[in-house]
Amino acid sequence: MTAYLITSVSIVGAAPTDLLIRDGVVAEVGPGLSAPDAVVVDGTGLVALPGLVDLHTHLREPGREDAETVESGSRAAALGGYTAVCAMANTSPVADTAGVVEQVWRLGREAGLVDVQPVGAVTVGLAGERLAELGAMADSAARVRIFSDDGHCVADPLLMRRALEYVKAFDGVIAQHAEEPRLTEGAQMHEGEVSTRLGLIGWPAVAEEAIIARDVLLAEHVGSRLHVCHVSTAGSVEVLRQAKARGVRVTAEVTPHHLLLTDERAESYDPVFKVNPPLRTAADITALRSALADGVIDIIATDHAPHAVEDKECEWAYARPGMLGLETALSIALDVFGPEWDLIAERMSRTPARIAGLTGHGIDPAPGVPANLTVIDPAVRRTIEPAELASRSRNTPYARMTLPGRIVATFLRGEPTVLDGKAVK
Amino acid sequence: MIRHLLSGADLDADTATEILDTAAEMATVAGREIKKLPALRGRTVVNLFYEDSTRTRISFEAAAKRLSADVINFSAKGSSVAKGESLKDTALTLQAMGADAVVVRHPASGAPHRLANWVDGSVVNAGDGTHEHPTQALLDAYTMRARLGRLAGLSVAVVGDVLHSRVARSNVLLLSTLGAKVTLVGPPTLIPVDIAGALAPGTDVSYDLDAVLPDVDVVMMLRVQRERMKDSYFPSAREYSRRYGLDGPRMRRLPEHAIVMHPGPMNRGMEITPEVADSPRSTIVEQVTNGVSVRMAVLYLLLGGNNR
Repeated sequence: MTAYLITSVSIVGAAPTDLLIRDGVVAEVGPGLSAPDAVVVDGTGLVALPGLVDLHTHLREPGREDAETVESGSRAAALGGYTAVCAMANTSPVADTAGVVEQVWRLGREAGLVDVQPVGAVTVGLAGERLAELGAMADSAARVRIFSDDGHCVADPLLMRRALEYVKAFDGVIAQHAEEPRLTEGAQMHEGEVSTRLGLIGWPAVAEEAIIARDVLLAEHVGSRLHVCHVSTAGSVEVLRQAKARGVRVTAEVTPHHLLLTDERAESYDPVFKVNPPLRTAADITALRSALADGVIDIIATDHAPHAVEDKECEWAYARPGMLGLETALSIALDVFGPEWDLIAERMSRTPARIAGLTGHGIDPAPGVPANLTVIDPAVRRTIEPAELASRSRNTPYARMTLPGRIVATFLRGEPTVLDGKAVK
Repeated sequence: MIRHLLSGADLDADTATEILDTAAEMATVAGREIKKLPALRGRTVVNLFYEDSTRTRISFEAAAKRLSADVINFSAKGSSVAKGESLKDTALTLQAMGADAVVVRHPASGAPHRLANWVDGSVVNAGDGTHEHPTQALLDAYTMRARLGRLAGLSVAVVGDVLHSRVARSNVLLLSTLGAKVTLVGPPTLIPVDIAGALAPGTDVSYDLDAVLPDVDVVMMLRVQRERMKDSYFPSAREYSRRYGLDGPRMRRLPEHAIVMHPGPMNRGMEITPEVADSPRSTIVEQVTNGVSVRMAVLYLLLGGNNR
């Protein structure tokens, strides 16, 4: 195995030092290291972080390989600084059996660019009617611990209660897509001034907040872990703040796009800005940013959702919801929070690794720890060009925006997946 | 002149007034023995209709033909659209055929905006989803001006299913631009959120039709679909009519000069009774006539007929 010596690099914002990667682990950290056999990476001006971990990725395989594959999505992830991603279950067939989650897990291993941790569906076919074989998925080679019907809400309160209880047997967590289905029938965008102007059916904030309120009460009642996907409203933040203050075992994520973009983007009627939950208002963005800073929201998760051109180059109402996120997430975090490296490491690596139970990820580079890390050049500003993305799809909402930061290198267990800003394989 | 007409917000007061003035000139053509002008000879206007709408399509067709344009009617039914062709591919096809203007009616809000990205010709929104119907607002403004002599300072009540109404949105935008005061009236379930902020700051909302009627110059009744009661927007058609329908006794609460409008098609007995629809106050038939003149003016001005 080739050794790598990263010189004069700042580890999570600390004073520059040298970092030697050998045999899959961080072998040494300190100034003036020498390793004649190692490939040298000049880390001057660069920052090393524990490899990012995405709790919410859609890789589309099996079923929509025209939009993304495990391999193309893994490459996008590595280029975004990720060393592990959790692949959502809404594939075709749905990842609701041990067979499908093992297939996704194996495809991830074969691609070898990030650790692909499958998420299992909560209910059979995401239909919200009866539990999928959660235990079989937990016991499979994929060792599933996160279960989610993402894209659909587990709306039935009894089913949600049972799911929360059942996964306690193997320390699982239910990741809820909080969307009251009756309140969002036909919904196209955030319900507010802009939806009224555009004549698009509104997706009211209360449809998210009502489910989160119910679910934190259920989780409290049965003493289970709950994770809330893509929190998008100021009201949800308040529900979570109160639940956490009471000691409810709830964690929550926010997406990069909900930290940056408002519902006014819909005025173009360009469905690249259509996403579920929808882009909200500037007041929501302010609340989400401060909740992430103070820990009411635990992590940033991308909700990377590739879509084929024909599913976006159409009328708004007919387009599929979702946007790319893996290759731009770190830049958005830098844009929003500045070089707050410890916060970024906490919200994009350490905590998501802990929620997902991914041992070996989310650990700051130090002697003896697995060499899952990424190296960033924070000084570079780059313009996002959809055609240059590694994802098989092009539906980035950041096209032609100039954002700070570029991933220079990513290492997965000591092997580079990205070097000089380019994917190694 | 603007290139497309997608929204009432595309029109400033000067442009809107120019269209209304031009429409008045166009109206004189209808009184002639030969109802035709050569203004758009050699130009192609495509009527691209994804929804059944005999009235609006015929109105645009008559307008284009009276200006001597070549008219192609492209209905989503019985065309390649029914076979699943995308809006973009249809747009590229029309583009390749050299359409100078595309008049589009579509069930999805914003479809005309998308279309405008893909064709070089002018796009005229002939009604998109629950968004807008700007030529309807123009013909309504034309009718008000013709009947009442002015628009600035008029008080207009728009009554009914505002939430789902493209006519209401375009009217609020255009009438506000032209200095009229709009009050939206309906059950709270059918009034969209933040309407004044969304469309025009001076817009009022009332849930009480009887209270509004004595002070208005114009009452515009919107079509209300009976199916809305299935979604619990109101309990029954009967209760809707009782609270928000315009019948004879309510009409008599209006000031002497006030007019009653309806964009059609009417649900007689639901939002309006036959007594009101057929009364001298009703402008419903005039609206149809004025629609052709206004659409002639829009096509003429958008296609640069005044520069030729």
